[in-house]
Amino acid sequence: MTTTTAKQPKNYNIFKRITGSVRARTYVLKGFTTIVLALGAFIIAVPLLFMISTALKDRNQLRASPPPLIPWETTMVEVDGKEEPLYEVVVDGQTQEMALIKNRPEGKGLFVDPANPEVTYELVIADQKEKRHIEIHLENFKEALTSVPFDRYLINTLIITFVGMFGMLLSSSLVAYGFARFRAPGLNVLFIVLLSTIMLPSQVTLIPVYILYQKLGWVDTLLPLIVPLFFANAYDVFLLRQFFMTIPLEMDEAARIDGASYLQVFWHIILPQSRPALVAVGIFHFLFAWNDFYEPLIFLHSRENWTVAVGLQTFNAIYSVNTHLIMAASLVMIIPPIIIFFFSQKIFTQGVVISGVKG
Amino acid sequence: MTYKQSEQAMAASEIAGNKPAPGKLYILFHPRQWNLRQREAAAAYAFISPWIVGFLIFTLGPMLASFYFSFTEYNILDPPVWTGIDNYRTVFFEDPLFWHSLSRTIYFAALALPLGLAFGLLIALLLNQDIPGVNLWRTIYFLPSVIAGVAVAILWIRIFNPRIGILNPFLKGVLGIENPPGWLNDPDWAIPALVMMSLWGIGGTMIIYLAGLQGIPTHLYEAAKIDGANSRQRFRHVTLPLMTPVIFYNLVIGLIASFQYFTEVYVATNGEGGPVRSTLVYNLYLYQNAFRFFDMGYASALAWVLFIIVLLATLLVFRSTPMWVHYEGTTRR
Repeated sequence: MTTTTAKQPKNYNIFKRITGSVRARTYVLKGFTTIVLALGAFIIAVPLLFMISTALKDRNQLRASPPPLIPWETTMVEVDGKEEPLYEVVVDGQTQEMALIKNRPEGKGLFVDPANPEVTYELVIADQKEKRHIEIHLENFKEALTSVPFDRYLINTLIITFVGMFGMLLSSSLVAYGFARFRAPGLNVLFIVLLSTIMLPSQVTLIPVYILYQKLGWVDTLLPLIVPLFFANAYDVFLLRQFFMTIPLEMDEAARIDGASYLQVFWHIILPQSRPALVAVGIFHFLFAWNDFYEPLIFLHSRENWTVAVGLQTFNAIYSVNTHLIMAASLVMIIPPIIIFFFSQKIFTQGVVISGVKG
Repeated sequence: MTYKQSEQAMAASEIAGNKPAPGKLYILFHPRQWNLRQREAAAAYAFISPWIVGFLIFTLGPMLASFYFSFTEYNILDPPVWTGIDNYRTVFFEDPLFWHSLSRTIYFAALALPLGLAFGLLIALLLNQDIPGVNLWRTIYFLPSVIAGVAVAILWIRIFNPRIGILNPFLKGVLGIENPPGWLNDPDWAIPALVMMSLWGIGGTMIIYLAGLQGIPTHLYEAAKIDGANSRQRFRHVTLPLMTPVIFYNLVIGLIASFQYFTEVYVATNGEGGPVRSTLVYNLYLYQNAFRFFDMGYASALAWVLFIIVLLATLLVFRSTPMWVHYEGTTRR
């Protein structure tokens, strides 16, 4: 089957003429798309691979420039009680493993066979192949996590994240139910007010809120990061309300006729039906709270109250030369979100659908 | 007033022999006499009460307070001193750092926003094709947006580092660029470097586009095909118009987010906004005023100016919608 593009100018689509049939064209297009995507995915993945490989290296391995993505280490061998780098050397057409014991002028070096250190060979170093092997340093993680009280940071972050998540889910779903299922004067206006608070820059309210907490003695405790979540979060209310509205009203009405109170309808009908939405909102909140930096930075001053994000930032500022340790700590910080993400990939796309972004 | 009290009150008034007139206010305080509609309204307000209380304590009250503080000099320890419009006069006429930080923010937004919107859409279009391993590709593209924040900034500082990083060796070795920039060490390249960092987290924008693309009914494409539209025309006249609401959503969210840009630049510069203040974006400057200099009055004024700027910019975008955003009135769910 050949394509006829009679109405179009002759050289309109060279691509079509070259590839001929529609099916071949589809395959070429798909192949091209895949290649472009793979290339982009590689660019996206490289920083992560860099993080992982750096976290596995030791100080010595970090010196290599450009840093290889695989944690290579020069193989060393003992010659006369000293550690010397091992090379693959070609002597008389034969490949031999030899140690470089001394540098000589003009890029040359003195090589010896470790088994027979008396005979030396003077060869151009650049012509020889350095022996190397992969060496990973898992002890970086232990060192990174113990050099600052990361366990303390972790406990704080988990408390903030999960107590906050509980409060947010409870209050936001109650409020969302109120907005989704009832008619009352002023309710629509209030919903618009709620939506507009999503767009309000937090800086506008931050300073008085900080002063309020200061007067309450809450600054430098975890409370400012937890308590507000028990008063519903506008964005999550919006998301949950959109979802509640998709649950058939007949179910509420049937339960009401059977004598259920509004609270019982909420608890026994709306919540069980909304499990996917609640999980989605919970996961969004987890990621937000886990990565949040601005509020913990402002409200938590003393070290023992810090979250992982604040602790990591300070760790980076103080120990910035120990790149391998900082990368190890960073890797530990990003693992929980990645695990959550892998277990809930579908929810992410669904969650976006729930939010009613469309139209 | 509890039920018991109101009952007692009613009983008392009956004994006295004067039947109370059922006025609006009277009924409001006597839940027993509510009709169905009033009961529903009461229940509604009971359910949304957590948000109302939170709104008053954490939003409306603080907004009014911050508006008041913006006309005062206030360092928390001493009571605020009324200074009239002094703070605002300083902001606009005496503080070069205000204009500097604002222009740095706009520069950042002007680079990051269009690039993010365009690349996000491009990747979403590619990921919407029926190609092998599409789920794997989607995962990889989305992954960086999950780990946003401190860890990302810490990672990218290393990548940009001219000595130990991987970007410059790549630019030198593979692309043959002789003198690659010093990125975060170079005042001219620090903001573009931050833009690149933000583009890495494009997955969030991309996934919203993807949801939008998947919502376009296939019959529209089929109809266009029957009418003889080629793939470019189908994109121009079907995909793009139907995607404008999603582009609009991403634009508004991105606009607000870029004016509040903070975490990455704080981590990358240790909260200084260096080198030579080249990355002193608006929100960082506001933070420094509030929590380093404890100049709460001035910081409040800066916050209100930010609020007005974001509001105006958003309104401008909203006002422009009839020109380019296409709403498919009937397909709304």
